[in-house]
Amino acid sequence: MAPLALQPVALVVFLILFVLVTVLGFLGAKWRRGDLDTLHEWGLGGRRFGTWISWFLLGGDLYTAYTFVAVPALVFGAGAVGFFAVPYTIIIYPILFAFFPRLWWVCKRHGYLTAPEFVLGRFDSRALSVALALTGILATMPYIALQLVGMQVVLAALGLQGTGIWSDVPLFIAFIVLAAFTYTSGLRAPAIIAVVKDILIYATVIAAAIVIPLHLGGWGKIFASVPAAKLTLPVPAAHSLGSYGAYATLALGSALALFLYPHSMTGILAASSGRVIKRNAALLPAYSLVLGFLALLGFMAIAYGVAKNPAYAAGFAQYKGNFAVPALILSAFPSWFAGVAFAAIAIGALVPASIMSIATANIFTRDIYKAFLKPHATDKQESGMAKLVSLIVKLGALAFIVLLPATTAIQFQLLGGIWIIQTLPAVMLGLSRLRLRPEALLTGWAVGMVIGTAMAASTSFKSAIFPLHLPGGFLAPGYAALYALIANLAIGFVLSWILNAFRSEQAARNDPAARFEF
Amino acid sequence: MPQPTRRRASFWRVLLILPILAVIAVGCFNSTGPSLWGFPFFYWYQMLWVLLCSAIVGLVFFIEGPSADAGDDA
Repeated sequence: MAPLALQPVALVVFLILFVLVTVLGFLGAKWRRGDLDTLHEWGLGGRRFGTWISWFLLGGDLYTAYTFVAVPALVFGAGAVGFFAVPYTIIIYPILFAFFPRLWWVCKRHGYLTAPEFVLGRFDSRALSVALALTGILATMPYIALQLVGMQVVLAALGLQGTGIWSDVPLFIAFIVLAAFTYTSGLRAPAIIAVVKDILIYATVIAAAIVIPLHLGGWGKIFASVPAAKLTLPVPAAHSLGSYGAYATLALGSALALFLYPHSMTGILAASSGRVIKRNAALLPAYSLVLGFLALLGFMAIAYGVAKNPAYAAGFAQYKGNFAVPALILSAFPSWFAGVAFAAIAIGALVPASIMSIATANIFTRDIYKAFLKPHATDKQESGMAKLVSLIVKLGALAFIVLLPATTAIQFQLLGGIWIIQTLPAVMLGLSRLRLRPEALLTGWAVGMVIGTAMAASTSFKSAIFPLHLPGGFLAPGYAALYALIANLAIGFVLSWILNAFRSEQAARNDPAARFEF
Repeated sequence: MPQPTRRRASFWRVLLILPILAVIAVGCFNSTGPSLWGFPFFYWYQMLWVLLCSAIVGLVFFIEGPSADAGDDA
């Protein structure tokens, strides 16, 4: 099998854009200058991002490089089911609008930088807060690793495939750049880079949505080249929700989980007001439209027959379906534009990876270091610790990718979604006056974690879909995260109700919820 | 600290449930026809709801105005 050819023109364009964003990343430290020796400035940009910067930042944060590679890859391989990314990224916006401006406000008012910090204030329970902090860190680590997978695929497509120890050198370089600008500029770096990344992504997708159908004879021809079985979901058998249940619960569960991830939370909390978040709930769907067209690149790759092209055989052999989009870009675009598209994806990996490492660092610093190890840490000690943790987290992600097969990262990320959704009751319902008790929420969280993990284990961590057998012989295949969340919620409510029944009136009056103005 | 006033979300927020219902009712749109500009129904229906979702969220935002809930004050 011939190795992937070096793409000199694409590589030069790619490198120019990469150097540009590196410079921007470092200049970010000087942008809207603030004291980067405080965690509030380093880790949250001073909560000063207005509507447009937040739009770019959240767009770059939520729609990651891995999404751009994996979603079309799923459509390419499995067809219609891969399109669940579109309903998923629809459902997130009503949720964002309804819950998160209030969370922003509470956090701003009380100076919280993370969700576990809010939960500590709201429920006065260190155990619950730490459980949430650890869940957040655990769920984010494999997500960072996956961003590096997205970058790896692109570097391979550019022909940068050395042998032995050389094979990972380009990834190391990209990683050092990422770590360095995150360290010096904090959240300002991904915010400023996101603007460049998004312009490149929009350009790539608009070009693909116009040029490729013209070349192939229209959208009708593209869909016609897809096997009929892949175009729609298989119709469920009698007494089963079948693929419909899987599709709907995947979309709904993923949407409920999204804003609980530390990196999403960081993006939201960095906004300058609750209204900025609301405006973004109406404006961010522009990215969902882009994601929809990106997903369809999977079908374009089928229409182009890239899988049968011997020039890409080495890429498919190593990266499977994830090579579909890079192969399509190489076959459909002139070399210089392929460089632009690849830069869009690689920079698209830098932005979320940077925000994720900052978010994890914020959580470790506030909810573990300051909460337990050093309660009287100064601002400078706090920001120093966070910068250090952001490096360690990225190093961990890099080791993950270099030492373990990519499937491990994917399986852990699948578990990450199942885990992070278990923080929903404490964070989102904590924003209401519901009389929930921390002991009940912690028990619900633990049960949710165990049930969700067991469900994933029953599929050998290959699928997030659990075939739930209901009484009466009815089969409801659905997203394990959502089923585990239902158990979590049920326990949280029932136990709270029991605990409240035995609570003295005075204790109820002194509930920490009274500190909050819901 | 002044006694905080409790505000209620507006009735219009009920509208926010529409995009969610529209895209989880998978059985209603899992078909190839009627197609639009070459797009099978399954695809253009969901893409259309991206736009409708944006419009509905935007509508609720404008109807509610500046003081719908606490987060708006800052």
